[in-house]
Amino acid sequence: MAKITFITHDGQEHVVDASNDTSVMNAAIDNLVPGIDADCGGECSCATCHVVVDNAWWEKVGAPSDREESMLDLNPEREAHSRLSCQIPVTDALDGLVVNVPEFQM
Amino acid sequence: MSEAIDLSAPANALEAARQDAYSTPLEKLDVARGELFEQDLIWPYFERLRAEAPVHYCAEPEIANGPYWSVSTYDLIKEVDTNHEIFSSEPTIVIDDPDEDFVLPMFIAMDPPQHDEQRKVVSPVVGPRNLAALEPIIRQRVCEILDSLPVGETFNWVEKVSIELTTQMLATLFDFPWEDRSKLTRWSDVTTADEASGLIESEEQRRAEMFECLEYFTGLWHERASRKEPGNDLLSLLAHGEATRDLVNRPMEFLGNLVLLIVGGNDTTRNSLSGGVLALNQFPDQFAKLKADPGLIPNMVSEIIRWQTPLAHMRRTATRDTTLGGKQIKEGDRVVMWYVSGNRDEAMFKNANDFIIDRENARKHIAFGFGLHRCMGNRVAEMQLRIAWDEILKRFEHVEVVGEPVRVRSSFVKGYLELPVQLTAK
Repeated sequence: MAKITFITHDGQEHVVDASNDTSVMNAAIDNLVPGIDADCGGECSCATCHVVVDNAWWEKVGAPSDREESMLDLNPEREAHSRLSCQIPVTDALDGLVVNVPEFQM
Repeated sequence: MSEAIDLSAPANALEAARQDAYSTPLEKLDVARGELFEQDLIWPYFERLRAEAPVHYCAEPEIANGPYWSVSTYDLIKEVDTNHEIFSSEPTIVIDDPDEDFVLPMFIAMDPPQHDEQRKVVSPVVGPRNLAALEPIIRQRVCEILDSLPVGETFNWVEKVSIELTTQMLATLFDFPWEDRSKLTRWSDVTTADEASGLIESEEQRRAEMFECLEYFTGLWHERASRKEPGNDLLSLLAHGEATRDLVNRPMEFLGNLVLLIVGGNDTTRNSLSGGVLALNQFPDQFAKLKADPGLIPNMVSEIIRWQTPLAHMRRTATRDTTLGGKQIKEGDRVVMWYVSGNRDEAMFKNANDFIIDRENARKHIAFGFGLHRCMGNRVAEMQLRIAWDEILKRFEHVEVVGEPVRVRSSFVKGYLELPVQLTAK
């Protein structure tokens, strides 16, 4: 279990409880957090679940895989701590995680 | 609406096609025939392929210039589309191999890293941030087009609305000389025209017109490249972008990428703009639902794109022997992903042939493709459709299709030449 805070571009915080058998993307979708499209359904092939991980959490979340990197790389809105939320599995270690939801998804 | 008008293929023709689709030996089925799309009779053929052979080999096609595999179910299409190492976009993304003396390299038909480098140069123009800035001018142009339409008279929606609107959008993105913008439409049409379509008389004519396009754009390029303060249009970005600034010195590759941007931004949304009108006429209960709740427009836009699927297929070429859906595919084989079929896959979309504007998973359509080559202009397309329907609903009580649609004879561009309509003012 982990509590995850999504901060949308208008500054609103959405705090959700997520279980360990899911992804950060699914946690957002299941709780109707706005701003995550997730068009491909969580397979790292559309880049519409883009989030920017809060600085304090970046090391714990870790860097993207090569495949995720190649999708992120095509996004002009990409930032240093960008991740695709479908590729971040929820674990106990991520309890308290904070991610920012960008204004636009590609 | 008059009962004499057939908005889709007439029932007896569809029944004959169904009999043909199911009585032809499976190995002889050939879906890459433009006339099946032109006559709107393709559906039973894909229905059978999805059920009996979702990965299917056509050894002796009638029109395509070589044998090809058809991939027709949603999940398998996605599997191919997201595996660029085995299923390459080179040398081409359409069924037919290019003529060896006229090869147009373009980034849609490249693999990483070249694809990524070139795409990244132009993608910010059609990114959501730039589009938000462009929205007011696009809306204003949509309004001008709609306000100029005749009410109560029959006219061709394709010509007066769909073509005009997408051409204006493209001219805006290229910062193309406004008075010459109809050239963009012509070049787009000529590029994809079937020789039997009557639009061009010969392959020589096609090439001559495409070289005209190259010449025109070469002039524009030099003008943009010489500006100290580069603009934010597609050409300026290419002319100043690190990975592309010498593109003009590789004329065939320059032309290839122009064609990609012109066709990609033109033929596709044009046909979704027409397809939406047709769909709402075929499913009048959905038109009523839309009028009662215009808030459904954004979801309807995804459903229009799913239902229409303006590009019916994309092709990949196997880089090595592999297995897909239990079938052995050989290195070098053509593998055609039929997006048009994946979008009608009942395993993914319930009542897939129906147009349902509040369909829950409409956004999961596969018309933009998935993976590295996912449509770069997806948000432009959605924005144009959204604004168009916003403004149509404000002005008109009804957009009635009053004559039979004329469809394009192509298994690639799935669209319309004519859609006769009459408007009723609000």
